[in-house]
Amino acid sequence: MSPDSPPPRAPFTKRHLLQIGDLNRLEALELIERAEVFLPFTQAREKKLSTLNGRTLVNLFFENSTRTQASFELAGKRMGADTVNMAVKSSSVSKGETLLDTAATLNAMGPDILVLRHAASGAAQLLARKVSCSVINAGDGTHEHPTQALLDALTLKRSFGHIEGLLVAICGDVLHSRVARSNVILLSMLGARVRLIAPPTLMPADVDRWGCEIYHNMLEGLAGVDVVMMLRLQLERMDGAYVPSAREYFRFYGLDARKLAVAAPHVKVMHPGPMNRGVEIDSDIADDPRASLIVDQVESGVAVRMAVLEALASHGANEEADDV
Amino acid sequence: MSEPLYHFINARLVDPATQFDGPGEVLVQGELILASGPRVAAPPEAIIINCDGHALMPGLIDLHVSTGEPGEEQRESLSTAGKAAVAGGVTTMVLQPDTQTVIDDAALVDFITRRGRDRSLARVLAAGALTVGLKGERIAELGLMADAGAVLFTNSDRPIVSTRIMQRCLSYASAFDALVASRPQDAFLSEGGMMNMGELASRLGLAGISNAAETIAANRDIQLAELTGAKLLLDMISSEATLPRIAAAKAQGLDVTASVSVHHLTLNENDLGDYRTFAKLSPPLRSEQDRLALIEGLKAGILDVIVSGHDPRPAEEKRLPFDEAAFGASALETLLPAALILYHEGLIELLDLVRAMTLAPAQILGLPQGRIAAGAPADLILVDLGFPIRFDASRMISKSRNSPYDGRTLQGKVLSTWVGGKKVFSALD
Repeated sequence: MSPDSPPPRAPFTKRHLLQIGDLNRLEALELIERAEVFLPFTQAREKKLSTLNGRTLVNLFFENSTRTQASFELAGKRMGADTVNMAVKSSSVSKGETLLDTAATLNAMGPDILVLRHAASGAAQLLARKVSCSVINAGDGTHEHPTQALLDALTLKRSFGHIEGLLVAICGDVLHSRVARSNVILLSMLGARVRLIAPPTLMPADVDRWGCEIYHNMLEGLAGVDVVMMLRLQLERMDGAYVPSAREYFRFYGLDARKLAVAAPHVKVMHPGPMNRGVEIDSDIADDPRASLIVDQVESGVAVRMAVLEALASHGANEEADDV
Repeated sequence: MSEPLYHFINARLVDPATQFDGPGEVLVQGELILASGPRVAAPPEAIIINCDGHALMPGLIDLHVSTGEPGEEQRESLSTAGKAAVAGGVTTMVLQPDTQTVIDDAALVDFITRRGRDRSLARVLAAGALTVGLKGERIAELGLMADAGAVLFTNSDRPIVSTRIMQRCLSYASAFDALVASRPQDAFLSEGGMMNMGELASRLGLAGISNAAETIAANRDIQLAELTGAKLLLDMISSEATLPRIAAAKAQGLDVTASVSVHHLTLNENDLGDYRTFAKLSPPLRSEQDRLALIEGLKAGILDVIVSGHDPRPAEEKRLPFDEAAFGASALETLLPAALILYHEGLIELLDLVRAMTLAPAQILGLPQGRIAAGAPADLILVDLGFPIRFDASRMISKSRNSPYDGRTLQGKVLSTWVGGKKVFSALD
């Protein structure tokens, strides 16, 4: 199977990628398998495919995110698409234009794929209802970040050879994390067991109904796990609003060698970035090539986004939008 | 006698005041009801109105309505609100003081009352602001506003954060025997919240508003009512957990009443679906368990009144990401057909349902309407209870068409509406 050949099984039926819950298990697995095909290609010297020749991908980022934006841009370019980055902050939004105004304007330019990052949960759903092209959610508020979950799954598959049966601990600010929400759904769908570790103030309401094991003590939660996924804790949430201080947080919920020692011997550490070294993760661990998968995650990111772009392009773009 | 006589015959009279639900007739002269009963003797010059067996009931009294006038007439004016009201069977509406210019002094109460009389087809009564500018800092001129016609005082949906100020408001209001309405919501617990706190909010990544935010505030206000002896209306209750406290206050003999919005009786948090901002309401739609408990609370008399909570919002305030969209729904036109869902599903008797929108609010405000009795104002509505409607929000009369019932099938249609003996709406027009 080569990157140029068409994808293996049934064609992808979804028009958008808005949340992991919209995918079924088979679709998720196929995206991951397809991304594996693209992986070696991302390291080859000649990196350009023609799959998306003539298509236009627009990155619409209402929040800054250097790495996600670059990852989508690279993925689009490697698939042969024309990619445009909209620097939204410096354009019309500051003049009072709403998301839907921007969407209508962009829609008129006829892009094939819109990649949206927005601070409001549900923004991607709203956009998808109003434009005639495909929409990829690159993170909406505290809701979901589906390509992050897919790239994490790919990273795990590369490292362990399988996802089913893995014991994965997700630690940190689950309450505000779209990465955690997407990962819980995807990893559970793919047969992993998920633990969530956080102080109660950083756990969502009724999180016990997510089908995960809930821990407030990190040593108990990390016992025997195969994978530790650390989440970023925004600095402004450590001033006593959710946790008393950065140093207290690091003491009880930061990942250091002492806590990691209770995990399985082959444990791997992940982080969606950007990291707060010394707050949620110790530098020694983040940089330890034996344990850390953090660099692999970035590499997986481009491959997964290539697979997603290919899948959405195969579905065919430019259908009618819903009635605005 | 120059005033015209109307003789309503062949009606199904639904009158909670006499607990009568059966065939009957009504005779109206001028602005008042002259007589009612199974058979009414009418002079030959009376104009006969054949009700064809449809339900003839008192016009609805809606204790919680917002418009945009004065200041934001693009949302709703008194004129458009009045048209929407009578089309929905509402003949008296109490307007919230939370307009752009806050209704916090006697001249403004007078303005709303007069303007309502001139512009609105439905009767308009003003609720005065409880604190100056609704800021929760200084007691507004409750006495002067009461003299000018304000029927109750409320801080609308802006909680009075200071318990001490709330106590003083209640205490001061009690001197005038004025009714104070409180939308119980703890300002700190609800800060930033977008929907009901729970599993769904967690999944959607939306900040939640807990039941406790309501229950804590309701508890506070009930205790302050006990302390001050004030008349308290707990407005738009949404949570099961608040009900036992209200029941206890009533059992204790406090002058405490409570209302619930029709949305909270007929919708739940799942109606938000895929971030549907039209179902973004304040207080938020709660769980199905809460909804069922509210219906039980209504039947048990813990909740007295059903309100529409009419809060018209133009499209540009609603077609936004969920976090940025305004709270509220345009609801005057759906109050009756939505409430009738409960009747058609067999969850509540028709008389009990109608009482909560007619007699009960009339008694709380001490109004003569809300009943079909000799001497009462002839505010009447004729309703085809079973008439099916595929509700299409784009055809609403209200200036803002933000309805969570858009596309739903409802049952019940107002055929005609009479205010003070004058026909102000007919479905045939």
